[in-house]
Amino acid sequence: MPTRAMTGRCTALLVFAVVLCSFAAGAHGSELFVSNEVDDTVTVLDGDSYKVIATIPTDQRPRGIIETADHRTVLVCDGDSSNIDVIDTKTLKVVRKINTGPDPETLAMSVSGDRIYVSNENNALVTVIDFATGKWITQIPVGIEPEGLAVRRDGRTVVVVSEETSMAHFIDTGTWKVVANVLVDTRPRVVVYTPDQRYLWASSEVGGTVSVIDPGSHQVVHVINFDIPGVDQQYIGPVGVQFTPDGRTAFVALGRSNRVAVVNARSYDVERYILVGQRPWQLAFSPDRSKLYVANGLTNDVTIIDVSSQKAVKSVPVGRLPWGIAVVP
Amino acid sequence: MMARRATPVSRLLALVLLAGVSKSFMATAATGSAAPHSFPIVYLRKAYPGPGIMPSLLETSPADEGLAGAEDGTAEINTTGKFLGWNFKLYVETLPAGADVAEEARRLFTRGPAVIVADLRAPDLLQLADAQAVKGSLILDMRTTDDSLRQQQCRANVFHVLPSQAMRADALAQFLVEKRWTRWFLLQGPTPADAVYAADVRRSAGRYGARIVAARSYDYNPGSRRSDTGYQQIQTQMPLATQVGSDYDVLFVADETDLFGDYLPYNTFDARPVVGTQGLIAAAWTPAFQSYSALQMQHRFNEFAHRQMTERDYGGWLAVSIVGDAVMRGRTVSPAGIRAYLRSDRFLIAGFKGQGLTFRAWDQQLRQPVLIAQPLMVISMSPQSGFLHPGNTTDTLGFDQPETQCRLAQ
Repeated sequence: MPTRAMTGRCTALLVFAVVLCSFAAGAHGSELFVSNEVDDTVTVLDGDSYKVIATIPTDQRPRGIIETADHRTVLVCDGDSSNIDVIDTKTLKVVRKINTGPDPETLAMSVSGDRIYVSNENNALVTVIDFATGKWITQIPVGIEPEGLAVRRDGRTVVVVSEETSMAHFIDTGTWKVVANVLVDTRPRVVVYTPDQRYLWASSEVGGTVSVIDPGSHQVVHVINFDIPGVDQQYIGPVGVQFTPDGRTAFVALGRSNRVAVVNARSYDVERYILVGQRPWQLAFSPDRSKLYVANGLTNDVTIIDVSSQKAVKSVPVGRLPWGIAVVP
Repeated sequence: MMARRATPVSRLLALVLLAGVSKSFMATAATGSAAPHSFPIVYLRKAYPGPGIMPSLLETSPADEGLAGAEDGTAEINTTGKFLGWNFKLYVETLPAGADVAEEARRLFTRGPAVIVADLRAPDLLQLADAQAVKGSLILDMRTTDDSLRQQQCRANVFHVLPSQAMRADALAQFLVEKRWTRWFLLQGPTPADAVYAADVRRSAGRYGARIVAARSYDYNPGSRRSDTGYQQIQTQMPLATQVGSDYDVLFVADETDLFGDYLPYNTFDARPVVGTQGLIAAAWTPAFQSYSALQMQHRFNEFAHRQMTERDYGGWLAVSIVGDAVMRGRTVSPAGIRAYLRSDRFLIAGFKGQGLTFRAWDQQLRQPVLIAQPLMVISMSPQSGFLHPGNTTDTLGFDQPETQCRLAQ
């Protein structure tokens, strides 16, 4: 792969050049940024070799992690420190901190990239922050323990799920009002728009299901159940959800059942369960969508799934209690 | 003190509203478009005499214990209710010490079936459950742990939120067996509850392959450490009480009333850990628990009540949360309808245990993982991995269907 080839050539050169090349490698090869909730670090993995490139210290309890559209920065929520660490993807250093208010758990960028939406888990709020200035635009009261966020592609709606209230709240970004609330199964964690924006999928960790919501009528139109032979139903805790770009297939991380489900997103049939590490949490695709990365909270590793064969290829160690993954091409 | 009489206003309002809430309202409730529908929950408690002086100054008995949990739970279900068009009201009724519960029930429940969260001890709970005045009502027992209420004395109108004594003994037993600490010295206090728990410990040993290698009763009042010579007395008494011929791995103490158990750690004759009702305990909740979003609950409760959340507070919170779920997710409002929902496979409540909690149909006990904890730290959570069950692994704790002595009148 280009990254490795370049680095290989670099080793023959002067130290100064090596440093330059490794920066270049950071810019050209893909990298995985994994938030480690217990270690207070972000592990950076090389997207080809899956070797650890860097371990970046963050503030306390890093969880929600995303990359910006320009790939220049990765943002991670530090729940116990009330801020976002902004990581420069070239220097692999925290270059800025953005105050979020108490207990930020996850975050999402607006479509235009100028605003950050943060769920404040302890305060039942969504905080809207201007990315350039770090100023708060508004705070929106939602249900208790807000967590996953989804932004509609037209930018007009932000959806947040609240764990304790077990609802998806629809926020109008023009008025910052909650315009609809949809009751889903118990303790929803993640909410994602389907690629065609026609539905929202909300995973319920304790309910053990994924609710498919029609964002037009604000009704749950289907509930996806999981049934793994030999595994107690109570261990099936859906969390991370990712769709293939064609919208045909969804991958759903199933928490303590240690599996990722492959779901036919048209028929809602579960086609396969892929055994991964323990307590798979959030999921992320490689830039070319050929690999799916799984953060395994209890085994402190990331499982790499080959998307076409739907098989787990290998698992690589990261820090303690990996929570989420951002992939930078 | 606990003795806070309910205001006449609340007494007037209580229970009036259930009759007015009918299923026809559910459609509008779901959209949240109409004015919120009120739903009453009666919180019934009794001003029991205080526990007296606790062995440790660090132990407290807050006057609002249990109630604060139920009030916090009411605020939380009202957050959901705000979005769905429901407003839950908690009507607090405090019976005076020594009150006859059946008689009080006749006075209180004059308007038909109610939903009652009972913060009562076992004898009072039974009286309430059997009272003619609460016929058709639904009682959520947020306080008791007594096996008898889940066995011969079970009642069709009572659902138990906290784990039974047998579930606690099994939870500890699984942990000890997992650690291969299987030789137990059982030290039993003087009360009938101690005898029940001791029997549970023997049952657990039999179920999981542990052995009671020594058993002894302790019925001496250890007195108070408060006196200047208290430490010396305890330091003499406890080794004496725990000097047994056989070698054992752990001392299993059955002291349900906190008479002497807390004096045992580091005072045993042999260098052995103490587990049971003191030392390493089994509980549904401790203020130290922070996994599975329990941390957020501890924060919220602390903000609400300005103190730590006890197991009884958790019982109150969970009982009210169950009512909220039945009304808003189960879409049922009558006590009979709620009972059917709680017994159905549609019901599932989250209680910070990483899995949904449901009721066992055979004794209406909430099935739940149980914490294994010492005062400052949660050590483990049972069922332990490797303890299997053909249906639900949490049914390895307590009385499973084939063993139940509960015969519920349907």
